[in-house]
Amino acid sequence: MSPTLIAIYVFVLSCFVGYHVIWGVTPALHTPLMAVTNAISAIVVVGAILVAGSGGDVSWGPWVQVIGFFAVFLASINIFGGFVVTNRMLAMFKKKK
Amino acid sequence: MELSPDFFASAYLIATLFFIYGLKGLSSPKTALRGNTSAMVGMALAVLVTLIHPEVRNYTWVFAGLGAGALVGTGLALKISMTAMPQLVAALHSFVGLSAVLVAVGTFLEHQAAGVLNSVAIVELAVGSVIGAITFTGSLVAFGKLQEILKSNPLIFKGQHLLNLFLGLSMIGLSIHFILTNDFSSLLMITGIALLLGFLLVLPIGGADMPVVVSMLNSYSGWAASATGFILNNQLLITTGALVGSSGAILSYIMCKAMNRSILSVIFGGVGGDAAAGESASAKAAQKGVKSASVEDAAFLLENASKVIIIPGYGLAVAQAQHAVKELYEVLTEKGVEVKFAIHPVAGRMPGHMNVLLAESDIPYDCVFEMEEVNSEFSATDVGLVIGANDVVNPAAKSDKTSPLYGMPILDVYKSKQIFVSKRSMKAGYSGVDNALFYYPNCSLIFGDAKSTCESLVAAIREA
Repeated sequence: MSPTLIAIYVFVLSCFVGYHVIWGVTPALHTPLMAVTNAISAIVVVGAILVAGSGGDVSWGPWVQVIGFFAVFLASINIFGGFVVTNRMLAMFKKKK
Repeated sequence: MELSPDFFASAYLIATLFFIYGLKGLSSPKTALRGNTSAMVGMALAVLVTLIHPEVRNYTWVFAGLGAGALVGTGLALKISMTAMPQLVAALHSFVGLSAVLVAVGTFLEHQAAGVLNSVAIVELAVGSVIGAITFTGSLVAFGKLQEILKSNPLIFKGQHLLNLFLGLSMIGLSIHFILTNDFSSLLMITGIALLLGFLLVLPIGGADMPVVVSMLNSYSGWAASATGFILNNQLLITTGALVGSSGAILSYIMCKAMNRSILSVIFGGVGGDAAAGESASAKAAQKGVKSASVEDAAFLLENASKVIIIPGYGLAVAQAQHAVKELYEVLTEKGVEVKFAIHPVAGRMPGHMNVLLAESDIPYDCVFEMEEVNSEFSATDVGLVIGANDVVNPAAKSDKTSPLYGMPILDVYKSKQIFVSKRSMKAGYSGVDNALFYYPNCSLIFGDAKSTCESLVAAIREA
């Protein structure tokens, strides 16, 4: 199997996993679900780190690093913002009784 | 020490499992917090492992980005009020989108320099950049509308669909050019067109459809992450993006179903918020003679009821009335009244918005019910109290075939013995549709801001 096909394979199966997991989420928690998936989609930070951490030794090198910096910065806002706000919301659901 | 690719792949697999377990936790409020923690662990693992990746040779920019993002993100998340949650989520979506675009551009430059570009990689780069760009500007518009920087009316102009079609086609043309030439400028042009498309796609969507838009952009941000995964050949990004993408897609589906609209009709723009329609509706209302009730009358009926169902809507969020409603809930419960809350799936500006507000004011979640759970109970309800909701209780959706709302599932509050509607003015709801409920003989309106109405109700009941 070519790497691209493996990737498509993984992608399709993950969609199914997502489909089944998400239908199990209670509607009352749809806003926290959105906030947490938001934080999780900031997984692009992995790609961003690879760009920002590249050696900078190629012709466009310094530019690549600056682009990478902004990518990491934005993704990082999402990670922290998303998880912290989800935590705040869920704590409200929990504190009763 | 050189770590093998298998080491990274295994660590990423574990991170994925943490994410899945985290989402599963959200199936109940009891396990939800644990779920969030699990997702955090997954993310921490993913970031830490990536930091020791051999391709990362320079840490200055990486740590600067992570640190600055942590400060800004945490600050935002701690300060934001619960009523402004839809805006925050929209803003965060735009960041993921832009980040994905930057990763695509950065990766292109890097790979081009290293001479490892092939046509598959080029296609993936184009797709990744386009999805990211649409997510970015689309979310910016959604943010602007939610924050009321932009008008929430649908903005429709002549030839809009033709323009979008033209942009879409030129994007495909440029992509072919990009694949053939590997030219950096065509990648930038494709991205530019996608940015424009993002604006144009969300501008025509009206305020009432915001829950769908926010869900859809949530989905896009996931697909953007997945596309980035294809670019980098990274399974973690592909899986995680797919999880988020399907989550957003399911939410969009639920929202559309709750409004009885097809996703296409939402995307191609439309319903309401039309000022002229609102005006004429209120004029008509005055003629038809809608009953209004004093707070004292309402308080009397409420405290003597045995069962009260409260229906919150976006007006409650606007008036920040959640704490006043909690007090109302408390005094009524003390008087021995059974109080329940009924929540329509599209109440508010994002899925689950009302649940969060009620949870914030400490209303126990076991007296908050979804539409299907509670709809059969209205006929045995003494008082239905509608606070800041409108279209979701409009019985025209059931009876009037000419109504734009026809077919949308509603909360059957009209079946209650008595209905009170707390409303600021006679203006029509977000859809711009007149509410047939107001003319029911058992319905009275209490004019005023939701918060002050609730506060005066509480005071009146306490005095009695």
